[in-house]
Amino acid sequence: MTTLTLVHARYQLLETIRIPIALIGSAFFPAASMLFFVVPFAGDDPVAATYATASMVTFSIMVSSLFTYGVGVADDRSQPWDGYMRTLAAGAAPRFAGRILAGMAMSLVSLVPVVLIGALFTEATTTALGFLLGIATVFVGALPFTLMGLAIGYALPLKAALVVCQVIFFPLAFGGGLMSAPDQAPGFIQTIAPYLPTRGAVELMWAAVGDYSPHATSLVAFAAWTVAAGAVAVWAYRRDEGRRFR
Amino acid sequence: MILAEAIEVSRRYGDVTALDRVSLQVTEGELVGLLGPNGAGKSTLANLLTGVRRPDAGRVTLCGGDPRDPSTRRTLGVTPQETGLPATLRVGEVVDFVGAHYPNPVPRAELLDQFGLADLAKRQTGGLSGGQKRRLAIALAFVGRPRIVVLDEPTTGLDVQSRRALWDAIKAYHAAGGTVLLSSHYLEEIEALADRVVVLGHGRVLADDTVAHVRGMVGVRRVSFAHDGEPPALPGVVAIEQREGRTHLLTPDSDALVRALVASTVDFTDLEVAPTSLEEAFLAITDSSAAVALAA
Repeated sequence: MTTLTLVHARYQLLETIRIPIALIGSAFFPAASMLFFVVPFAGDDPVAATYATASMVTFSIMVSSLFTYGVGVADDRSQPWDGYMRTLAAGAAPRFAGRILAGMAMSLVSLVPVVLIGALFTEATTTALGFLLGIATVFVGALPFTLMGLAIGYALPLKAALVVCQVIFFPLAFGGGLMSAPDQAPGFIQTIAPYLPTRGAVELMWAAVGDYSPHATSLVAFAAWTVAAGAVAVWAYRRDEGRRFR
Repeated sequence: MILAEAIEVSRRYGDVTALDRVSLQVTEGELVGLLGPNGAGKSTLANLLTGVRRPDAGRVTLCGGDPRDPSTRRTLGVTPQETGLPATLRVGEVVDFVGAHYPNPVPRAELLDQFGLADLAKRQTGGLSGGQKRRLAIALAFVGRPRIVVLDEPTTGLDVQSRRALWDAIKAYHAAGGTVLLSSHYLEEIEALADRVVVLGHGRVLADDTVAHVRGMVGVRRVSFAHDGEPPALPGVVAIEQREGRTHLLTPDSDALVRALVASTVDFTDLEVAPTSLEEAFLAITDSSAAVALAA
């Protein structure tokens, strides 16, 4: 990792922090879901509260990855500043890597309210090892959503990217069973969940912080979504490079 | 030493030919103006020389290297478009950020002072006036102590006072040995700064000469009069236009044309002689075959 990557990450974070409402967007939904659903309904049961908090953490990662990269990249592409940066002695790599780093930092920050609510207002609990595994799982679980965000951001103009992110995050969350305890989702969700990337991500998270064995189908689907989103992201990135910088 | 060079460079965007076999050399210490109307290919040429885009045919070099290679661009300073500054960052932060890309940047305070921005260091760029943004944008071209700066229409839309201040900064850089390629569609700006002018039109180099010579070339006047019938054949006319009963003749020498007109049998009334805009002059010299003779 180069110094320039850190410089780019730092200034991207500065830009994000100057408009804090963007951060509230990705922290609000999961935190509000914690307060309205998890705390009153599952808060007293240590196992249920732990799984539910892990679900909300996964929800938060998904939302912040989709929006940070999807809307962020589409917005950058619409700014002449992006083109100017190509004339600096850096090329595209530090900016790209800086964006990923900054996005991860923002993801972690937006998790803080969920984790705090889980720790303070519910019986959710995990071991120190489980907590560390959970943090590692944040980065693994973020992969397909980061790549989906990049694909959206490089493929679509800003307004379209915003709408697409808003449209897909909700079905991904409900369809993947993030709003219900393991194996207690309504029937049709039980059927579709294993094929959505949110399911693999949340099962990994459950396994990290609790006593849960992920299903093979969910993990295979998670990997397949990651590869597919990666392929679309690479295609969209190359197409964008070809249009603006060739 | 040649700091920027284009050799037989062509570039198309879809069906539009932006540059058609353009060649240009800028040697160390020169201040070269790139003059042409909108759409002439100035920005495309600047984009090729600064590594943003690559030519379809031909070759560009920057300080002997490929401008597409980031390490080559350590010697280069470029101005972003005014609207392109990140609105939430402060002036000082933008300077630090761009400076971080260079091995030996000008200290922030020194640069801001030089461009009259010292009082604005803590302001977010989104709150600056148009002139202030423009000054910051130009200051950014100089933060890395470049050997060559490429300024694409640096003062478009600026008030006279800000424009003069920027000219002074560019002159100071040039006086200290810096090399400048400056595009503009203002002849006045090129005259104030450049020694040498390259005129672009329709993607081709129409002239590459001293400022004085090019001024004579684009100093075209419009001689117009009311007249019935076919346009008269008169010497020194580079373009003829007829509309609403008036004949418009574009010529580099209106005195000679008027003498010839008066001496001819043309039955004209309501004679007017007016200067043309640079835009019109360019259209005239690019569209007529007489232009080729003029530009040669």
